Amino acid sequence: MNGKYSPPPAGNGEVLIREGLKDIGARLEQPLRRIFLQRALSLGGLSLLSGCAAIDEESVEAALMKVSRFNDKAQAWLFDPRRLAPTYPESMITRPFPFNAYYGEDEIRQVDAEAYRLEVTGLVADRHAWTLAELRAMPQTAQVTRHICVEGWSAIGKWGGIPFADFLRRVGADTSARYVGFKCADDYYTSIDMPTALHAQTLLALTYDGRELPPRYGFPMKLRMPTKLGYKNPKHIQAIFVTNTYPGGYWEDQGYNWFGGS
Amino acid sequence: MSASSIPRIHPLWVRLAHWLNALAVTVLVLSGWRIYDASPLFAFELPRELTLGGWLGGAIQWHFAAMWLFAGNGMVYLAANLLGRRLFRRFFPISLSALLADLAAALRGQLSHADPGRYNAVQRLAYLFVMVDSLLLVLSGLVLWKSVQFPFLRELLGGYETARRVHFLAMAGMVGFVGIHLLMVALVPRTLLTMIRGR
Repeated sequence: MNGKYSPPPAGNGEVLIREGLKDIGARLEQPLRRIFLQRALSLGGLSLLSGCAAIDEESVEAALMKVSRFNDKAQAWLFDPRRLAPTYPESMITRPFPFNAYYGEDEIRQVDAEAYRLEVTGLVADRHAWTLAELRAMPQTAQVTRHICVEGWSAIGKWGGIPFADFLRRVGADTSARYVGFKCADDYYTSIDMPTALHAQTLLALTYDGRELPPRYGFPMKLRMPTKLGYKNPKHIQAIFVTNTYPGGYWEDQGYNWFGGS
Repeated sequence: MSASSIPRIHPLWVRLAHWLNALAVTVLVLSGWRIYDASPLFAFELPRELTLGGWLGGAIQWHFAAMWLFAGNGMVYLAANLLGRRLFRRFFPISLSALLADLAAALRGQLSHADPGRYNAVQRLAYLFVMVDSLLLVLSGLVLWKSVQFPFLRELLGGYETARRVHFLAMAGMVGFVGIHLLMVALVPRTLLTMIRGR
């Protein structure tokens, strides 16, 4: 700073002393500032370099995320609500059907059937919590379809349950809303687009292969969509909510594509 | 350009398409290998150090970004090649006898590269192969990405699981092509210059 020194008005001792102290302070400051500057050049230089690398990595990740959002739109555009996924004869069911989750088989959650209540919230008319008996009393259907995992493998299974479109109409859901979100007993969460929620093959599955859905496949209820990849099919569903606010998902928040359609 | 006396071998659009394609193929193959490793189709895994994306989610992001470049650039290249009839001028005709003669000469290391503006029969076949192989990669990739939305393609390729194998084999074909291509460029480095400068 080229601050111009203005002489203190004569006769003001206090100002004189203050100016003097400032001078001393400034002189003391010099070596300290030099040290700080040197530090800044070495440490700061390093952090600047690593900072740059971090920025680059971040911007690459941000760009890839942008493409992923674009891919969501492309898939929503490609999605034909009337197009059905292929169905297979029961003889083609993969046995045993593979277990898959973000945790191992030894950590499969046990949900108490008696205490179970399905929460339904958000943009719905009827927000009452459903018991398992009520869910089982709804008209059911079954289908044999291919489950495709994001890892590439696929397996054919048979799921039975409530067409999700029927359920959404029954609870008076706002079907013009953008998302349906799910929260699960295994702390998993995900969300889907409304057109897929209303697809004829989207089921709230209560059975697997004609029997009560076993814990390893998501007791008491999972969402089954042959039009989406495995990670979009949550197990052990505890809460369903209809919303216009993007809810994300367990894997989606880490970088898996949100639409995840097939 | 004062060098108009030197014939231009690759027009600018071909060079652009070539290098964009090289970038797309590199990203797709390296990220594809990481995706393969998440659930190997065969009894081997690909070396993790050679893959791109760090983890499955990252690899898929790279793969599903580069696919647009690969498909878009490839379509522009093919369209320009067909409309300008360059495809027929540069890559046809191929006769079996010319192919055998050129292959024998190539294996003896006696293939002439006197006229870089003319592809020999082996080159023609190799470049036509990689065009068809790229198309197969895109089509099988579409089935893997959207098997429900493209039922005709899915059935054409024998279903989702067969499409996986087709996609893998087409990748192997692409990598094989790139390997030989790079070897040939190393043997005749002038071709690298023509793909950069055009002459």
